[in-house]
Amino acid sequence: MLRLPRFTYLEPQTLAEAVRMRDEAGSDAAFVAGGTDLYPNMKRRQQTPSTVIALGALSELHAITGTPRDGMTVGAAVTLTALTRHPVIAERYPAVAHAADVVSTPLLRNMGTIGGNLLLDTRCNYYDQSYEWRKAIDFCMKKDGAVCWVAPSSPRCWAVQSSDGVPVAVALGAEVTLLSVRGERRIPASALYNNDGIAYLTKAPDELLVAYHLPPRDGWRATYHKLRRRGSFDFPVLGVAARVEMNADHTVRSARIVLGGVASYPMEIAEASRAIVGQRLDETTIGAAADAAYRPAKPMDNTDFTLAWRKDMVRVYVRRALEELAGE
Amino acid sequence: MAHTPLSPVPSPTPRSIIGTSRRKVDATAKVTGAVRFADDLALPRMLHCKLLRSRLPHAKIVRVDTSKAEAHAGVVAVMTGEALPIPFGILPVSQDEHVLARGVVRFVGDPVAAVAALDEETAAEACDLIEVEYEPLPAITSIEDGIANRTPLIHDYGDDGNVHKQVALEFGNVDQAMANAELVREDVFFYEGNTHLPMEQHAALAEWSPDGTLTLWSSTQTPHYVHRALAKVLEMDPAHVRVIATPNGGAFGGKSDPFGHEIVVAALSRATGRPVKICLTREEVFYCHRGRHPVLMRVKTGVNRDGSIVAMDFTSFLDGGAYGSYGVASTYYTGALQTVTYQVPAYRFRGARVFTNKPPCGPKRGHGTPQPRFALEVQLDKIAEELSLDPAEMRLRTLQPANSVTANWLHIGSMGLGSCIRAAVRGSGWREKFRKLPFGRGVGLACSSYISGAGLPIYWNNMPHSGVQLRLDRSGGVAVFCGSTDIGQGSDSVLAYCVAEVLGIDPLDIRVVSGDTGITPVDLGSYSSRVTMMTGNAAIQAASRARALLADAVAEKTGIPRERLTFAGRRVFDAEHPDRGASFAEASQWAEAMYGTIGTTGSYTPPRSPGRYKGAGVGPSPAYSYSCAVAEVEVDPDSGIVRVPKVWIAHDIGQAINRMLALGQVEGSVYMGLGEALMEEMTYRDAQRHVVHHHPSMLEYKSPTTLEMCDVETYLIEEPDAEGPFGAKEVGQGPLLPIPPAVANAVYDAVGVRVDEVPCSPHKVLKALKDKMKGKPGGGRYGPAGVPAYAFPEPARVLTPAEGGTGREMDGRTHSEVGGPVAGAGGPPQRENTAASPDPHHPSTATRRKGSR
Repeated sequence: MLRLPRFTYLEPQTLAEAVRMRDEAGSDAAFVAGGTDLYPNMKRRQQTPSTVIALGALSELHAITGTPRDGMTVGAAVTLTALTRHPVIAERYPAVAHAADVVSTPLLRNMGTIGGNLLLDTRCNYYDQSYEWRKAIDFCMKKDGAVCWVAPSSPRCWAVQSSDGVPVAVALGAEVTLLSVRGERRIPASALYNNDGIAYLTKAPDELLVAYHLPPRDGWRATYHKLRRRGSFDFPVLGVAARVEMNADHTVRSARIVLGGVASYPMEIAEASRAIVGQRLDETTIGAAADAAYRPAKPMDNTDFTLAWRKDMVRVYVRRALEELAGE
Repeated sequence: MAHTPLSPVPSPTPRSIIGTSRRKVDATAKVTGAVRFADDLALPRMLHCKLLRSRLPHAKIVRVDTSKAEAHAGVVAVMTGEALPIPFGILPVSQDEHVLARGVVRFVGDPVAAVAALDEETAAEACDLIEVEYEPLPAITSIEDGIANRTPLIHDYGDDGNVHKQVALEFGNVDQAMANAELVREDVFFYEGNTHLPMEQHAALAEWSPDGTLTLWSSTQTPHYVHRALAKVLEMDPAHVRVIATPNGGAFGGKSDPFGHEIVVAALSRATGRPVKICLTREEVFYCHRGRHPVLMRVKTGVNRDGSIVAMDFTSFLDGGAYGSYGVASTYYTGALQTVTYQVPAYRFRGARVFTNKPPCGPKRGHGTPQPRFALEVQLDKIAEELSLDPAEMRLRTLQPANSVTANWLHIGSMGLGSCIRAAVRGSGWREKFRKLPFGRGVGLACSSYISGAGLPIYWNNMPHSGVQLRLDRSGGVAVFCGSTDIGQGSDSVLAYCVAEVLGIDPLDIRVVSGDTGITPVDLGSYSSRVTMMTGNAAIQAASRARALLADAVAEKTGIPRERLTFAGRRVFDAEHPDRGASFAEASQWAEAMYGTIGTTGSYTPPRSPGRYKGAGVGPSPAYSYSCAVAEVEVDPDSGIVRVPKVWIAHDIGQAINRMLALGQVEGSVYMGLGEALMEEMTYRDAQRHVVHHHPSMLEYKSPTTLEMCDVETYLIEEPDAEGPFGAKEVGQGPLLPIPPAVANAVYDAVGVRVDEVPCSPHKVLKALKDKMKGKPGGGRYGPAGVPAYAFPEPARVLTPAEGGTGREMDGRTHSEVGGPVAGAGGPPQRENTAASPDPHHPSTATRRKGSR
C-alpha cells in the first residue's frame, strides 16, 4: 500500500503556539486538521511537508457560536458531521449543512473539517495519482513537472476547485478569519480564491484559517446542487450554489450564483444574477440565468465525465437550483 | 430478497443439507477477522519486495543500473530480467510473459526490476534508485491501430502482425440461409473493458527451504497452474514446489493467471535464503488486470417473421492488451455461446484479438461472453420491435431444446431458460410495463447462458479435472482434501455439504483442506464456474465409496441388511427400524477395524464433447446455466443519467446446494453487471500521454457502492441436470450476463434511444436524445459506426448436426492436423510449447545478492 513519508508532527496547545510553530518551521510545513485531504496527498507525494502541525487540541477551533439573527461563526476544526448535525445550522443554514453532508462518506465527514473543506487542494486527473503514475507522464506542473496535461500548451495549471463548501460560502457572502504571527484579518470568502490550479488560494501559506463566518439570516434563501457519478462518495464535477433575496412583490432583490467544479476557483456568474434581479423567477428568467451560466463555464479534462456533457449540465443544474428557490 | 421456487422438482431421496440455507464453513472466521489472507502472513527474517515498473508504454531497455539500489541501506537483493530468462503464461500457446522485462517493456506497469529489503519503504526507495535507460518505441493504442500497423510488433509471435489470434469458423451455409431470411439486421456494438476490483490486493509470500524446496502462499485462484509456472521458470523439480492458495478476498478471474510477482518472490527467496513477501498496491492490481476485453462487434442476424433465427454472422475484435493471458480462449468465447440459448441453425464466427500497449486483458466473471451476449440480446430487442413481437414471447418461441446439440456442436443437457423467462416476466409485471410506462421510465429484458465448467483443461492431459480424498477418523470426523480454491464463492463449504449429505453427518463435522498443491489432489482452479460441478461430483464419489465401506462394517456387525442402511443424523441405521444401528463414529471405527485406515478418493472428468474441429475445445461444458433478467430504469432526459431501481432475475441453477449462497452469487453478479452496464471503464490516455491508465484508483475508477446497488428479486429455477452434483449447475458468473443488455433495452423503452455500447454513460444517452430531437440521420442511437476492414482467413467449414455432420471440418483434415483443442479458461488445450524465442535485448544486470550475510 501507499505509505506516508517521514515527517515531524507537532501538537500546539494554543492558537498562538500553532502560528508560531508554523512561522518557525518555515515554508516546508503544513497545518492539518482532519487530514482527509493532506494525508492521502502525502501518500501520493503530491505534498511532502517535513513538518505537520496538528490543530486537534485547539478548542477555540471546535466551537459554533452566534445566532442566525447576528450571523454565526463556525470554528475551522468543526467536523463536517458536527456541522451537518448542528440543529441551528441545519435549520437556518440548510445549504451549508447540505453541502457538508454531501462531502465524501460518513467516515471522512467524521474526520474532515469545515476549514479543510474551504481550503481543499484543487484536484485533477493528472495530479491526484500516485507518484509512480505521475512519473509515467513526466509529472505535471502542479507537482514536479513542467506541463499541464489538461492543456499542454497552457502556461497555467487547470486543476479544478472541488470543494462542496466553497461555492456555498461565496454565494452566501460568508467571511473567513485568517491568523498568522503578523496578526489576524477577516476577508470575504470570495476573496480567498484565485483562478489558478497551483496558487488557488490568496492567503499567505503561513496563514491559518481559524473561523468561518455565516451572514445574518435575514430574508435570503440558498441551495446547493451537486453533480457527481456516485451519490455515495464522489467529489463534485459540478456544484451550483445559489442565493436569492426576494422583494415583497416576488421579484428578486439580489442574487448570487456560484459554480464549483468548472474552474480553479469558485466561479461567480454575475450575468446569471443580472438575468433574474428585478424579475420574478419563472421559466423564462430562470432559463436566461441558466444560459448565462452555461456560456462562461469551461470544464476541462480534469475530472470524471466528458467535457461537453459537464458543460451541458451547468444549464440543467443552474435551472434546477433556481427552480427550487422559486418554489420555496 | 424474496425467493420464489417456481418448479420445484422433488428430490429422489429426502435431503437434509443440499438445498437448504446454511452458514458457510468459514463464515465465523471471515466475520470475526480470524481468516489469514496472504498479506496477514509473516515469517521470521522475512524480507519485503517491491517492483519497479515500466513508466513507458513501449520501449527497448537499453540499460538497467541497479548499483545505487544495491548500495541502499536495508536492501538485501535486487533482481532484473536477466536472472529469469524462461517465459511463462497461463496458456501453453501464449508463453509470452517474463517475470521481469527482458529487453523490452510493453505497457506502463510492466515489471522491470525487483528489490528485496528489510522493510517495504526501503524496497520502494531502492526501486526509485534503479536507473533504467529506455529507447521509446511507438505505442499501439487501440484495436484499429493494431490492425492498421504491423510495426512496431509488440510480440514476435501471433497470427498476423499485431493480431495475436484469428478465428474463422462456419457451421452450415450462412450466406445461403441469410438469403432466405425474412428480415436481416446488421448492428455494431462496443463493450468497453473493465476490471475485477477485488477488495483484496494480490499478495504472495515465498519461503525457500535449505532442503531446496519452495513454498509459496499466494492469493490465487489457480494454485495448480502457479505451481507449474514456478517449476518451469525456476527450473525446479515440480515435486519440490508447494503452492498454498490463501483465502482470497475476492478474485473474479483477476487471480487466475500465474503472475510475475508470485515467481519473483520465490526467486528472491532462493537468492537470499530468506522468506520474501510482496503485497501489491491498488495501482499495481490495475496493472495486473486480466479483466474484461474491450470488444467491438458486428452482428448480422437473419430471422423469420416469427422471430426465429435462420442464420447469424458474428464478428468480434478484442483489444487484448500487451500479453496473451487467456486471450486465445477469450477470443473463442466471444463466439462460442451464441448458439446455446436460441436455435441458430447456421452460424459464422470470426474473431481477432489485437495486442496493444496496455495491461493484459483476460478472464473476468463471464469470460469473453458478456460482450457478445450484450450484442445479441440488444439486437434481438431491435428485431422484436421491427417485427412487432413481444421480446419475451419471441425468445420463448425459439429456445434451443434440452438434450440437443447446437450448430457449433455443443451438447446441451438441461435447459431451463423458458422457466427463467416466465419467472422474470411474471415477477416483474413485464406485460403491464413494457412499452406502457411513462416517458423516462422503462423495462428491458435479456437472457443468457454460461458454462458450468470448461470441458477441457488448460494444458493437454487426460487426467481428471478435480480430485477429492477423504479420510475418516475414529471420532466421527471426516477430513476432505481437494485442490480447489475458495475465493469467497463457498467452494470449501460445497465440499463439506456434499460429503455431509452422502455420509449423513453435519458439515461442521468435516475439516476441509483445500488449495494446497503439496497436500491436496489436483483441482484445476476456481475459474469457468467449474468448481461445484467438478469438485462436487468428485466429493460425492469419494463419499459414496466411504459410505460403502461403512455400510459393509455396519451390516456385518449388526446384521441389518446392507440395502436397508440409511446414513442421516450422524447415524447409520435400519430404514425400517430407525432405532437399530450405530453412531457414525462407531460405524467409522467398525470399518477401520475391518478394512484398516479409511481413506477414499473421488475424481471428475467432464464428458467428451461431440465437436472435433479446431477450436471445438472452447464452449463445451458438462452443463449450461440459464438466466433471464428484467431491469427497470429511470432515465433523466435532461441529463441522460440512468438509474436502475430494480432487477428481477431468474437463474436456472439445476439445484441449489446452499440456497442462501446461491442467492448471494446471483445478487453479486447483478451488482457486477450493473457496474459494467452503467459506469465501469478500464480506459487509457493517448500515446502522447504514454497510454497511462486513466485512473488506477478505487476513487476514480467508478464502480457502484452498496448505495448505488439496485433491489434484486431472484428466482432460482431448479430443474436438476443429469451431469451436476445433486443436479446442480453454475451460479457464480451467468447471472451477470443479462444485466447490461437488459439495462440498454430498458433505456430504449424509457426514452426511445439506443445506446449500443457498454457502459451506458449519461453523455451517450443525452447525445442520442439530442440527435433524435434534431432529427439527425441515425439520431436516437449512440454507438460505434462500424468495424475495421480486416481480411479474415476463409472460415473452416463444419457441417451442423442437422446437416449430418461429424463434428469435423469439411475439408477432410485429420484430427491431428487440426491440433485438437486450443484451450483456455475453458479453453482448448494445446501441447506445451516451451520453445518461445528469447528476447534479443538483454539488460546488463542480473540477480545480485548484496554483501555478506
